Amino acid sequence: MLMIEITPNKCDYCGTCVSICPEDAIELKEADITISEELCTNCSKCVWSCPIEVLKFNKEGVK
Amino acid sequence: MKNNYDIIVVGGGPAGSVAARYAAEKGVSVLILEKDREIGTPVRCAEGTSHEGIKDFIDIDPSFIDATINKFCLVSPEGERIEISLDQVGYILNRKVFDFKLAQMAANAGCEIYTKAYVNGLLFDNDKVAGIKVDYMGIQKEIKAKVVIAADGVESRVGRWAGIKTYIDFRDIDSCVQYTASNVNDINEDTLYFHFGQSYAPGGYLWIFPKGGNNANIGLGVSGAAGKKKSALSYLNDFMNKKYPDTAILTTVAGGVPCVPTLEKIAAPGIILVGDAARQTNPLTGGGIASGMIGGSIGGKIAAESILNNKPDFLLSYEKAWDDRLGKRHVIFNNLKEGIYNFSDKDFIKLSKAMSKIPYEKRSIGGLFQKALMNNPKLLIDVAKLYFTK
Repeated sequence: MLMIEITPNKCDYCGTCVSICPEDAIELKEADITISEELCTNCSKCVWSCPIEVLKFNKEGVK
Repeated sequence: MKNNYDIIVVGGGPAGSVAARYAAEKGVSVLILEKDREIGTPVRCAEGTSHEGIKDFIDIDPSFIDATINKFCLVSPEGERIEISLDQVGYILNRKVFDFKLAQMAANAGCEIYTKAYVNGLLFDNDKVAGIKVDYMGIQKEIKAKVVIAADGVESRVGRWAGIKTYIDFRDIDSCVQYTASNVNDINEDTLYFHFGQSYAPGGYLWIFPKGGNNANIGLGVSGAAGKKKSALSYLNDFMNKKYPDTAILTTVAGGVPCVPTLEKIAAPGIILVGDAARQTNPLTGGGIASGMIGGSIGGKIAAESILNNKPDFLLSYEKAWDDRLGKRHVIFNNLKEGIYNFSDKDFIKLSKAMSKIPYEKRSIGGLFQKALMNNPKLLIDVAKLYFTK
């Protein structure tokens, strides 16, 4: 279950999360970011390194 | 866009444009693919660099210089300002214009460039990289190349697809956020300001870089470990509310800066990595404009030569060439970073007090590090290597 939530309309698409993701689970286009449920292990490193608090850990899981 | 090029460069930042130009000047065909809609935007950068660092790659032109820098000012956690004159001229660039010009230079050397071209995979011939897959304006294409140059920035994935370990531990990246602000009235246009301390930017620093007039880039980077507790944005907003409650914010950007030595592996059959993608940023300062262009120039030249001489293995010599030019130096910069990384506010206050006793004419950046690392003889040797030998 994917537990990393992306706050809508907040991302600056800077790619910091992509560079530290051990699983290559994050895909970033010009103005589009997605996390692969299949690859993500919910390790939360992206949550800690996001400069502007876009990514959040949600233990309820995200749709 | 053709189906086949000698070299495909992924990413149209300074490292990519310079790599492409140096390769094209040797006479090979080069394609640059940029994922964003425009070269030079968004600018994820504090825009500081040195004359020495960029002069070999572009004629210095006022159109892309927002400020000329002669001084460095260390601001202690107590607010004490220590000014140090720099022994070389620095610039605050207008990266939008700068990047655009570098791309134009690549185009004039014969490179083809496309924007809104999102590279989403690699082609392989046995184990060798043999091209890329690109989504260009909604159409999926495959393009062959003898060499792929990954200049796709901090968020690089191209190297990973080739099996190179490019991801960084979250503690080794500085999470950064920056405002370009107006109505910043207490700074000199020729001075870089660095605030240090746990309350400003733990594991990193806060910068104020003049952009001409009363404009400035005000930003900070905090280590990933610190970001676990509080984000870069919260730190910056705390500072702005306290120090500049009345400024207008003209631009907001976030970004990550790798603060590590260069990746161990930056070349593999059919592919090399340059710039932020290779983690060629200076691990101490986080500066990556000049070092990225140096990496790009070395890589572009070697890639072209390997193709023209039909010696694919020659491509791998890029690693050693980079290591000799800057890679080894970055290891030493990284040692210094680790030496001051855990400095407490008390340490910074002590350092600032010690520096204030030295007359202005006798202060230097090397001297600053000597004072900071006084009790660490091993690192003092590194300081000497970086700042006191030619």
